[in-house]
Amino acid sequence: MLICLLPVAGVCDGDLDTIEGFVASYFACETRRLPPLETPAGAWDAKRGQHDATALMRAALPLLPGGATRLLVVTGHDIYIPMLTFIFGQAQVNGPAAILSLARLRQEFHGLPPDGTLYVERVLKEVLHELGHTFGLVHCADRACTMSLSINVTNIDVKRGELCDACADELVRRLRVLRAEAAGGNDGPAGSGT
Amino acid sequence: MNSTWKILVVDDEVSMRESLAAWLREDGYVVDIAASGREAVEMARTCPYDIYFLDLKMPPGIGGIETMIEIRKLQPEATVVIITAYATVDTAINALKEGAQEYMVKPCNPEEISLFVKRTIEVKNLQRENLYLRQRLNRHYTFQDIISKNPAMLAIFDLIKDVASQRSTVLIQGASGTGKELVARALHDAGGRASRPFVGVSCAALAETLLESELFGHEKGAFTGAVARKRGKFEAAGQGTIFLDEIGDISSKLQMDLLRVLQERRFFRLGGNEEIAMEARVIAATNRNLQEAVEHGDFREDLFYRLNVINIRLPSLAERREDIPLLVNHFIERLALEAGKPVREVSKAALKLLMDHDWPGNVRELENAVERAIVTARGEVLDTADFDFLAQAPRGNGSRWTAPDGMSLAQIEKHAVESVLDRTDGNIKQAAEILGVDRSTLYAMIRRHNIPR
Repeated sequence: MLICLLPVAGVCDGDLDTIEGFVASYFACETRRLPPLETPAGAWDAKRGQHDATALMRAALPLLPGGATRLLVVTGHDIYIPMLTFIFGQAQVNGPAAILSLARLRQEFHGLPPDGTLYVERVLKEVLHELGHTFGLVHCADRACTMSLSINVTNIDVKRGELCDACADELVRRLRVLRAEAAGGNDGPAGSGT
Repeated sequence: MNSTWKILVVDDEVSMRESLAAWLREDGYVVDIAASGREAVEMARTCPYDIYFLDLKMPPGIGGIETMIEIRKLQPEATVVIITAYATVDTAINALKEGAQEYMVKPCNPEEISLFVKRTIEVKNLQRENLYLRQRLNRHYTFQDIISKNPAMLAIFDLIKDVASQRSTVLIQGASGTGKELVARALHDAGGRASRPFVGVSCAALAETLLESELFGHEKGAFTGAVARKRGKFEAAGQGTIFLDEIGDISSKLQMDLLRVLQERRFFRLGGNEEIAMEARVIAATNRNLQEAVEHGDFREDLFYRLNVINIRLPSLAERREDIPLLVNHFIERLALEAGKPVREVSKAALKLLMDHDWPGNVRELENAVERAIVTARGEVLDTADFDFLAQAPRGNGSRWTAPDGMSLAQIEKHAVESVLDRTDGNIKQAAEILGVDRSTLYAMIRRHNIPR
């Protein structure tokens, strides 16, 4: 199983190292960091001062390498979808790609002093949340479960950073199915023997 | 759990509809998308959705409001959210006036839309649960087509089950509109005769000679106009059930004939010599007090005892008020569908009004009242205003009506029938509805009081 990271130009290497290490360890899979994506034309909305998540995803999807299981787009900019004022991230449920914005996870965005530990906790919770969606998990009613919906950073901070038993079982089941399909000679990624 | 709820997002802008759909799918809803109002209506026609998000402006073609109106025709219970980037007070008022549950201005806060969908689904879950419980409750309190949780009625249900397969005659007594025919049908349907004919005869609706011929049949030439042999109701019933309604109104000659049939279980067609066996079960019904009629010499005592082998006395609606909510819900479910109206329930205040009403015409009068309210209702809930006509009835004008001195009950009944017939220009159907009795009862009253027509 191969999970690829696609940074949008401007994301620092330190953040990408942290994310990549977590993904490799949590999903026990191979990871690959793709060359940064230049912000596509039309993705920046000057009036809103945000990037259009849909436009970034549209530009990122063709870059998914053959044999890759999932693609996580990571941007340092604040992102939106037309219906909403902002989103932390968005995923294709049971689909190949997800996007995560790091902007609002920083305390500085909310006018507060920086807190590196809290920031990393938030980033890893949201990475697991968005990738969880791509593996078919939906929002969980348990507010402490990482798969619960977050509409502000307080919601993210309430999460334990782990999945509840039901979501964890479901993720294990879905990963088992994916690995069995890959072992059966489908489009499984090279080296996904974990 | 959310996967049982379906949402349709309709917007001509591709990134708008796809991103909102993706956001809602993360909650586990089944979300489809449509690029125009027309496509949305077509999709709603084949696969109804629980919530519709409709963009207000979708050029070219029909806009959000027109789409909502079309969808509402197909699915009155659907929740519709109108979304727009160009909000004005007028468009908001118009959207809500036309039936939108919510009007959202994009972009909106994630919390706003998330809470709205969550609350909507909670309400829909409660509505589903309510419907399920109501259906279960109705099944629980339903025997054949009779609905009741009243102890006396439940005892009648038990009695019907016990005697349904027997041949003994049954006498059902109860005021007009209490459901005597329903009980007779239940007796027939719950027993071994269910697959055989059920033949009903309203004894009050026909003149004596006609009734005789109707019951026993006649041979060709038995009387003027008998141009061919005709089988009577007793023969037609075969091994099924014959239901003699308004038995208290038959003439003394017919009482005698009927007694003979019940004793000997055989009869002759009018003008015939061939003896025919009577195999049907006889169920008789009356709204008169037959025992009193026997005491006054108006009804044969021996026939009364022949008929009264099993006696069922139906309580008036006033004696089973606890059944009114069950009956009202049952009538709304059936009659709203028949009338093609979106009425789904009755308000608490209206139900209290119905519970407090006298209902001299019993269940039939209640059914008529609910039907009339449904026909004129504008919304989904019947309210007190929809039952204003009950207060306009003569008995409800605030002061107690008093009978003139020396007027007997029979004279009051005669006066009531005459005045209603005058008001309706002799229209039996209308008069029966106003009086809260069925037509055969009204015919019986007209004959009993010798009211000229």
